[in-house]
Amino acid sequence: MIAVAQVTPAWYLALGSVLFAIGAVGLLVRRNPLVMFMCVELMLNAVALTFVTFSRMLNDINGQTVVVFVLVVAAAEVVVGLGIIVALLRKHPSATADDITVLRG
Amino acid sequence: MHLLDGVTPELIVFILASAACIAGALGVVLNSNPVHAALSLVGTLFGIAVLFVAQEANFLAAVQVIVYAGAIVVLFLFVLMLLGVDRAEDLSIEPLGGGQRIAAGIVGLSILALPLLAFASTSGEATGAPAAADAPNAITKTTPDVAQLGESLFTTYLFAFEVTSVLLVIAVVGAVVLARKVRRADYVEDPLVEAAPAAARESSAAEGSA
Repeated sequence: MIAVAQVTPAWYLALGSVLFAIGAVGLLVRRNPLVMFMCVELMLNAVALTFVTFSRMLNDINGQTVVVFVLVVAAAEVVVGLGIIVALLRKHPSATADDITVLRG
Repeated sequence: MHLLDGVTPELIVFILASAACIAGALGVVLNSNPVHAALSLVGTLFGIAVLFVAQEANFLAAVQVIVYAGAIVVLFLFVLMLLGVDRAEDLSIEPLGGGQRIAAGIVGLSILALPLLAFASTSGEATGAPAAADAPNAITKTTPDVAQLGESLFTTYLFAFEVTSVLLVIAVVGAVVLARKVRRADYVEDPLVEAAPAAARESSAAEGSA
């Protein structure tokens, strides 16, 4: 019979790094500001998964506390980022990230 | 039946949830339609919530679904629909050219290789010291994770917790300022009525500066 591997915390860490790498590649490749923003959310979630896994490995609740703060910062970041994107796309409806080369309207 | 010997529930949960996570993540990157990308993001967020439950972080799993899948993705979809930018884009065009995608792929593989090498060098074990059994931050099986998280947030990290409330207020004010329509002197809502009032305004502006 096939020897079935046990799920070790390292699997979760590996999944976190895969998700982080996919998010990073998407951030570099995609030019739509909204999709780039979703890729940032992917990377944030990969890090949250890593924190929870380390919290379990080290038997320490503080890893989960950090994830709560990551969630709050992510929510604030989404609100401000989408505000900027709304202001930008309202003036230039088909703007890509490459069109925003100067930090003014 | 002997084929399934040693297949733990955690293994099945991990395989299904990680498949949902990776499929959703690839969907975000590869979908040409931003609405489909946002819906793929929900798959990833749910998969991560399931993995949180598998690691006994039940409260965080609930918050993950409520805040991320419930609020943040809906916010993304609102912006997509409000601005009407929900049409598919042509992904075969490489806007920057010059092998930028190949370079991005190499960067992504390097980002992936670094932690995997780190796991290999430590044989998958965390190098930090685990919390002492009687320490307040040690995870116990008897106390629910919500109670432990609450105690940690409202004692050890009380100041940081209060600062996040300031951060949220600043974010809300900033979003209102950013999303407000700019009202300048020459701002005209309807381009059809632009001609006559604009001329009148210019003449009055000239008088004002004179």
